[in-house]
Amino acid sequence: MDKKKINCLSSAISIHNLSKTYASGFVALNNIDLEIYHGEIFALLGPNGAGKTTLINIICGIVTPSEGTIMVDGHNTLTAFRAARSRIGLVPQELSTAAFESVLNTVNFSRGLFGKASNPTYIEKILRELSLWDKRHEKIVALSGGMKRRLLIAKALSHEPQILFLDEPSAGVDVKLRRDMWLMVRRLRENGVTIILTTHYIEEAEEMADRIGIINNGEIIMVENKAILMNKLGKKQLALTLQNPLSTLPSELEKFNLSFSDGGKVLIYTYDAQQEQTGIPELLQQLGEHGIDFKDLNTSESSLEDIFVSLVKEK
Amino acid sequence: MNFYAIRAIYIFEMSRTWRTLMQSIASPILSTSLYFVVFGAAIGSRMGEIDGISYGAFIIPGLIMLSLLSESISNAAFGIYFPKFSGTLYEVLSAPISSLEIVMGYVGAAASKSIILGLLILMTAQLFVDYEIMHPLWMITFLILTSITFSLFGFIIGLWADDFQKLQIIPLMVVMPLTFLGGAFYSIDMLPEPWQTLTLFNPVVYLISGFRWSFYGIADVNVAISLGMIFGFMLLCLATIQWIFKTGYRLKT
Ligand SMILES: Nc1ncnc2c1ncn2[C@@H]1O[C@H](COP(=O)(O)OP(=O)(O)OP(=O)(O)O)[C@@H](O)[C@H]1O
Ligand SMILES: [Mg+2]
Repeated sequence: MDKKKINCLSSAISIHNLSKTYASGFVALNNIDLEIYHGEIFALLGPNGAGKTTLINIICGIVTPSEGTIMVDGHNTLTAFRAARSRIGLVPQELSTAAFESVLNTVNFSRGLFGKASNPTYIEKILRELSLWDKRHEKIVALSGGMKRRLLIAKALSHEPQILFLDEPSAGVDVKLRRDMWLMVRRLRENGVTIILTTHYIEEAEEMADRIGIINNGEIIMVENKAILMNKLGKKQLALTLQNPLSTLPSELEKFNLSFSDGGKVLIYTYDAQQEQTGIPELLQQLGEHGIDFKDLNTSESSLEDIFVSLVKEK
Repeated sequence: MNFYAIRAIYIFEMSRTWRTLMQSIASPILSTSLYFVVFGAAIGSRMGEIDGISYGAFIIPGLIMLSLLSESISNAAFGIYFPKFSGTLYEVLSAPISSLEIVMGYVGAAASKSIILGLLILMTAQLFVDYEIMHPLWMITFLILTSITFSLFGFIIGLWADDFQKLQIIPLMVVMPLTFLGGAFYSIDMLPEPWQTLTLFNPVVYLISGFRWSFYGIADVNVAISLGMIFGFMLLCLATIQWIFKTGYRLKT
């Protein structure tokens, strides 16, 4: 198969009407429709229990769907499971590994499971990239938590998947390693690998993702290009540090919806960055008229985290 | 067919055996040797022959069966239970591999271990008692069929068990008694009625009888029935496994 021929916007994963009700009767996913495109980094965000892992596990064949279909590169995950699954690598959220095996054996095991002939050169390359090569003969019990996480990544990459799922890859990984991991993810993407990750570090999604999906209570509440999302929902704030702290404002200023912070020392005005009229000139003028002086001002944009929190709260 | 996957599972399982060599091979051999010493050499020398065979030689097939059954079951059960318990099964479930291939890998490895073990016990027995094997090919056939069948059965127990106790309870509470009462140490026509008739409901009787026939040409029940019983049980196990994978029972949520 020629990777270059794949259209940038063709679907690597295509999910329709997917629902999951666990045996307990709990509805973990409710009518999910989602397209993941070839070659993108897609971040799935959502609070604990939102259904992220359930969704990933269904795509990978670990959990059975109650309803709906999933196509991986056009292959149905249930009826053409071999073709679908052989394209996918999964780094699970839980650190589950065969404790008494050696690092190298368990990575080779994974490659075999996915139907590939052994390839020591390639395995060496990924183990080196993940700084595990020196540990290759160690038993897994002797690895630290962060090393185990990297081992799971090595296992997931062992069969050269075209689609990689990272379910909270950075949980328990230190800052430097997290940076390294991001670099690795980018490199994989440059080689045409589609990446879907979940994370609770929103700055990670902000830094890495091309598109972001937000899931809450088993429903996808938003899927958007990251830049557009930031733009669309991005609120800007103007913070004015006052000469003299205040506790109340003149009633004429009520329409600006101002708020105080820092014990009245800072006045905050929130406005929509998309709007033509930001209202700032008026505000400043009115403040002047009422003799409220400020000594400093700065503006800030809301982060993805703020957007996320407000979206999830809303629903 | 995903041969690489079958091989990967098989090698992985076999390497577990070598790693735990003492437990998986040495200890069954040791305990069987103790039986040979006590029943074969010590007590056996005071016992008369059964059907013209010395008591020490008479108990060899039954003792091998005893190890074969319990080791097949526990190896196969543990082999699949442990990844389920530790969470590493996710990888097998997410791999492009069919249930038949999973079974071939796990059950194949468990059965191989049992076959190796059975042959080792057979060689060890030579140290304690004299015996000859009348139908070696049939002996091997029974050995292989029994190992596979009971590894399948163990695999089912491993899939079904959701704690360590369940893992042990069937081998301990069902298989051990059935084997002891299945004619490992006596010929069933030595039993008084109604036990002689009741014993025929014990499936292990057919296994031991058939296996002993391959050694000495004597059997409590017809050999064809013995073979039929093994095949029947094997098919039953295969069907059960097929159903488990199809429904995802205790495997997938
Ligand atoms: N086997 C199960 N049986 C019943 N309910 C389950 C099962 N597995 C998960 N759930 C429930 O489904 C919901 C979604 O779980 P899931 O693991 O998909 O969440 P998540 O978004 O990955 O959360 P987290 O961020 O904590 O990892 C949760 O409420 C969870 O309790
Ligand atoms: Mg999760």
